Amino acid sequence: MMMKKYRLDPAKGLEFGLYTLGDHLANPYTGDRISAQKRLQEIIEMAKLAEQAGLDFFSVGESHQEYFATQAHSVVLAAIAQATSKIKIGSSSTIISTSDPVRVYEDFATIDLISDGRCEIICGRASRVGLFELLGYNLRDYEELFEEKFDLLLKINEEEVINWSGEFRAPLKNAKVIPRPKNGYLPIWRAVGGTPASAIKAGYAGVPMFMAHLGGPASVFKRTIDAYREAAREGGHDPSKLPVATAGFFYVAETTQEALKEYYPHINEGMKRTNGRGFPKQLWAQGADTRSIMNVGSPQQIIEKILYQHEMFGHQRYIAQLDFGGVPFDKIRKNIEIIGTEILPAIRKYTAKKEGETK
Amino acid sequence: MKIVGISGSIVGSKTRTAMDVTIKILKEKYPHIDVTLLDLADFQIQFSDGRNYLDYEGDTKYVAQTVMDADALILGTPIFQASIPATLKNIFDLLPEKAFQDKVVSMVVTAGSAKHFLIPEQQLKPILSYMKAQIVQTYVYIEEKDFFRKAIVNDDILFRLERLVEDTVMLTETFAKIREAAYDF
Repeated sequence: MMMKKYRLDPAKGLEFGLYTLGDHLANPYTGDRISAQKRLQEIIEMAKLAEQAGLDFFSVGESHQEYFATQAHSVVLAAIAQATSKIKIGSSSTIISTSDPVRVYEDFATIDLISDGRCEIICGRASRVGLFELLGYNLRDYEELFEEKFDLLLKINEEEVINWSGEFRAPLKNAKVIPRPKNGYLPIWRAVGGTPASAIKAGYAGVPMFMAHLGGPASVFKRTIDAYREAAREGGHDPSKLPVATAGFFYVAETTQEALKEYYPHINEGMKRTNGRGFPKQLWAQGADTRSIMNVGSPQQIIEKILYQHEMFGHQRYIAQLDFGGVPFDKIRKNIEIIGTEILPAIRKYTAKKEGETK
Repeated sequence: MKIVGISGSIVGSKTRTAMDVTIKILKEKYPHIDVTLLDLADFQIQFSDGRNYLDYEGDTKYVAQTVMDADALILGTPIFQASIPATLKNIFDLLPEKAFQDKVVSMVVTAGSAKHFLIPEQQLKPILSYMKAQIVQTYVYIEEKDFFRKAIVNDDILFRLERLVEDTVMLTETFAKIREAAYDF
């Protein structure tokens, strides 16, 4: 298969996964916040439920500021590796800028061995920057830290013996970074915000792209994906061999109105605390439209939206964020259940390639 | 409802005087409103370096957070070199792009003469629009001759400030009610 390197088989249809940023926020309906310990246990439980429901992927993010619980996201992923057996797992994302790529590779290759070859890395630049001070980096190097360290991580993935020198880390001379992952190679993605600028960098480098989106029409994000593929072509890579994944809000309830109403306070209050600004009601209300990128609604509405997005983007994986802002665990469970019983079968049915079909 | 007044310069006293009068009118007429005046001269605020405002510390974080938590802002600004002072522009630069979405913003302007009357219209309003503010269209423009020893001595200015305060509160209440009625979440 053309995307075997990334452990993807597009013939099986669009992959569906879950991701958590590892946020640790109060439930806005009750004002109660569970302990960090409980939140971590729930995240591991959520991964198990996702596996049981037949989902393809589960990932955990790294954030170092207040209102988050998964600073040590690779440790959480190791626990998930042990608690599951089939589902692919990864980071969403790993802030490579403020970490040593050698250590990151060692950790994730180890998780890959523990999980029997299920581990992936998604590298991001961080939207909040408190970790630069916490971990001893200068914010003025924001871009360069990411680019240099991400390059080194990719090199470690490709080459067993490394010779490298750069600005932000001691040089490596004939260094062997071990252990090696199960199949000798980890899928490593570049996390990209909604705008084309960063997507173009991923494209030129021929690196798979993970695109996050909040709200707005899906067609706006199409431009970012087009820019990515165009840049890949210019960089001498074949875009048809480079996977694209998308990540964004998800919430399902019996009716679309109910889903919008139930999830809004979680998103609004959660974003105020973690990002400094609530989510505008108008934009949220437009989420009811099939053309909106937000996968919030009734099961039928969500199926229509994801199929619409798949037709437009031609992407290989979508991951849903359904636990943001203190969503109580029974609602998380219910959401995963509906994904498994109603949404996933429909998505697979309509996106998998039929026998003999070449496209 | 939270209204925050900003005295946008660290130089001189006229903008602060005008803001003190404005805040006094606001508090007397609407005692139920939570009112804060931020005089930028009272704080050590760093220049924006592009980070999320939550990642600043000390005075910078406090001022940014206070502005973000407001339902309405009354901006007091002098005119320097045919524009707004850098101290006020820095406040805007510290905040997110759409920081004033769902906020009402009104303006009190002080200047040496009438020559700069259109500066707020042509330089301040475009910034506020870009940041998604609901702007109170009419601003109060106060000249040197309207002040005497840290007091406003022109009754016309005082009346206009009363109307500005009323417009600010009325629009803030009205927009809140409209948003409330428009959506069931």
